[in-house]
Amino acid sequence: MSDKTTNPIAFVAKGTIPPAPPPASQAGVVKWVRDNLFSSVPNGVLTLVALAVIYLLLQKTVPWLVNGVWTTSSLNECREVLDGRVGACFSVLTERWHQLLYGFKYPADQYWRPNLALVLLLVAAAPVLFFDLPRKLLIFTGLYPFIAFWLIWGGTIMAPIVALVGFVAAGAVFQIYGRGSFALGFFGGIATALIVWTLGGMLIPEGASDNAMLQAVPSRDLGGFMLNLMLGVTCVSLSLPLGIALALGRQSDMPLIKWICVVFIEFVRGVPLITLLFVASVMLAYFFPPDATVDLFLRVVIMITLFSAAYIAEVIRGGLAALPKGQYEAADSLGLDYPQAMRLIILPQALKISIPGIVNVAVGLFKDTTLVSVISMFDLVGMIRGPILASTEWNGVYWELLGFAAFLFFIVCYGISQYSQWLERRLATDHR
Amino acid sequence: MTGTSQMQVSDEVAITIDGMNKWYGSFHVLRDINLTVYQGERIVICGPSGSGKSTLIRCINALEEHQQGTITVDGTLLSSDLKNVDKIRSEVGMCFQHFNLFPHLTILENCTLAPIWVRKTPKKEAEERAMHFLEKVKIPDQANKYPGQLSGGQQQRVAIARSLCMMPRIMLFDEPTSALDPEMIKEVLDTMIELAEEGMTMLCVTHEMGFARQVANRVIFMDAGQIVEQNEPEAFFNNPQSERTQLFLSQILGH
Ligand SMILES: Nc1ncnc2c1ncn2[C@@H]1O[C@H](COP(=O)(O)OP(=O)(O)O)[C@@H](O)[C@H]1O
Ligand SMILES: [Mg+2]
Repeated sequence: MSDKTTNPIAFVAKGTIPPAPPPASQAGVVKWVRDNLFSSVPNGVLTLVALAVIYLLLQKTVPWLVNGVWTTSSLNECREVLDGRVGACFSVLTERWHQLLYGFKYPADQYWRPNLALVLLLVAAAPVLFFDLPRKLLIFTGLYPFIAFWLIWGGTIMAPIVALVGFVAAGAVFQIYGRGSFALGFFGGIATALIVWTLGGMLIPEGASDNAMLQAVPSRDLGGFMLNLMLGVTCVSLSLPLGIALALGRQSDMPLIKWICVVFIEFVRGVPLITLLFVASVMLAYFFPPDATVDLFLRVVIMITLFSAAYIAEVIRGGLAALPKGQYEAADSLGLDYPQAMRLIILPQALKISIPGIVNVAVGLFKDTTLVSVISMFDLVGMIRGPILASTEWNGVYWELLGFAAFLFFIVCYGISQYSQWLERRLATDHR
Repeated sequence: MTGTSQMQVSDEVAITIDGMNKWYGSFHVLRDINLTVYQGERIVICGPSGSGKSTLIRCINALEEHQQGTITVDGTLLSSDLKNVDKIRSEVGMCFQHFNLFPHLTILENCTLAPIWVRKTPKKEAEERAMHFLEKVKIPDQANKYPGQLSGGQQQRVAIARSLCMMPRIMLFDEPTSALDPEMIKEVLDTMIELAEEGMTMLCVTHEMGFARQVANRVIFMDAGQIVEQNEPEAFFNNPQSERTQLFLSQILGH
């Protein structure tokens, strides 16, 4: 006892305390509800208000969904079946299913072709999206554009083969001469491709597509959600490399290149996409040789690609600017040349930083593909606004059709967003 | 004097800097630098902050351009010809104050990247060599971690190993210990001392005067873009000639 008074700090524990469960009021559902929903009076009120709003929404939509009619053949029949009850007329989706997905002109017995192209797309995209997969699969990814072109447009198989040969020849020229001088390899490659394509074009006999294995389908017959997917995939995969090139060009030491990139980016970002699409549909022909009839699909792809490339370039520029100067210096001091430093050190880090921004642009681009409906292309929205809503059977079915369109786009965009979050987690190496 | 300073210095010239001047815009950073470094020499460069020490050693591997005079490294004249620049950079290793490891690559990949891409060394050989140098800097067990998981001292030793993997004939150090906590400085200095004992030609910007006394065979003092004084460490520290050197030494050793 006297020890305690003289030395109040000294303390020795008497045995070990066994572990015990937390008190009931501090665990389980009760605690969760109290902490998260009713932690104070204002929070409790907000919770109740929110519940009321949710209830009102569900009260309207659930019967609408549950009572939905799927099998009638016009809006009037829907109304008869429903007989005054609240209910959706989903029959329009089942009846016009193929039109919504493929447009109204794609030959009905050929739907398997875009379907197969979509399945192959997943295979081709896998090694790009998930880089743990064997690298050999990239060969198929490289061939995919030509296969998909042939499947969807059909016609003579010579066309995609000539295109492929042109690319391969250009790549070979670049490999051989690009080592000595980048400019020689680059322009030599372009020239080679042009020569191969011109010669190949002359070799393909007139009318080769008439009796081809796959019936030729002109671009104006493409439509529906298929058209949105085609535009989205093509433009995203083209605008990413172009955006990288523009971003690097913008910080180039060579004034001419820098200027071209700056002017291009600033101009394209300053113009509404819809303007560019109108240019594509009516005016772009002026920029091509007079006798060349450039496909409308191609013109639209060019415009959307240029548009989103400018945005992606700015996103990537932000990523480049976020890298410490020391990374460039370390790469230089090890003797890496410019392409190596960019490819191995700078871009992997800058692109990683830019992932959220790039995904943002990609999602925006994909949704913007619906704008082609204003230049009379019949994509999903174009089909809905045009042939379907204008028909006597389905005039007035707005919620079901537009809700379906929103649902399709949501699935794809949500998928992209989930992928990007996975990618960010997968690439997180530096902040542990 | 320890044994290190008496180590062989050959009369083969590694670096010659002749009448070199450099400007940032109109600001004259380096003024009439003349310096000859022999193979196997260990040179410590010191001087007040902003005197141009970093700029000087960064000119040697062309991280900075100089506007007047010549720099010759290992017989190659440093000009704007990119071939020469790349050749010199692969012969000259450099360690930075902030390590500048590549955070997206593992330690091993950091060390094998340049040998594989610049020297075209087969991957397996590059990895073996990287492990050899990682053992030398005493962190072979961290090879598969990322730089962000290592302490500052460990990162700097990896940076040294990364440079050594290119088999450089010359090593440049720009304040390699200035960003480190005191207890980590020693491990990095020990690595550098070991390197010096093996006869590596070294130019080292540092304020570690103990290191300078033990390892250097020449100490250079810079001020306002000029080489003000250079001498053997013994004479430099015990008997500085210039007033500016005396002032600097009294400030740095005085406390
Ligand atoms: N990129 C640059 N542009 C303009 N001035 C610079 C630049 N880098 C360094 N300086 C200036 O050059 C001088 C020398 O810098 P530095 O070589 O880093 O000095 P030290 O390494 O001796 O501290 C300093 O006055 C600094 O402000
Ligand atoms: Mg410095």
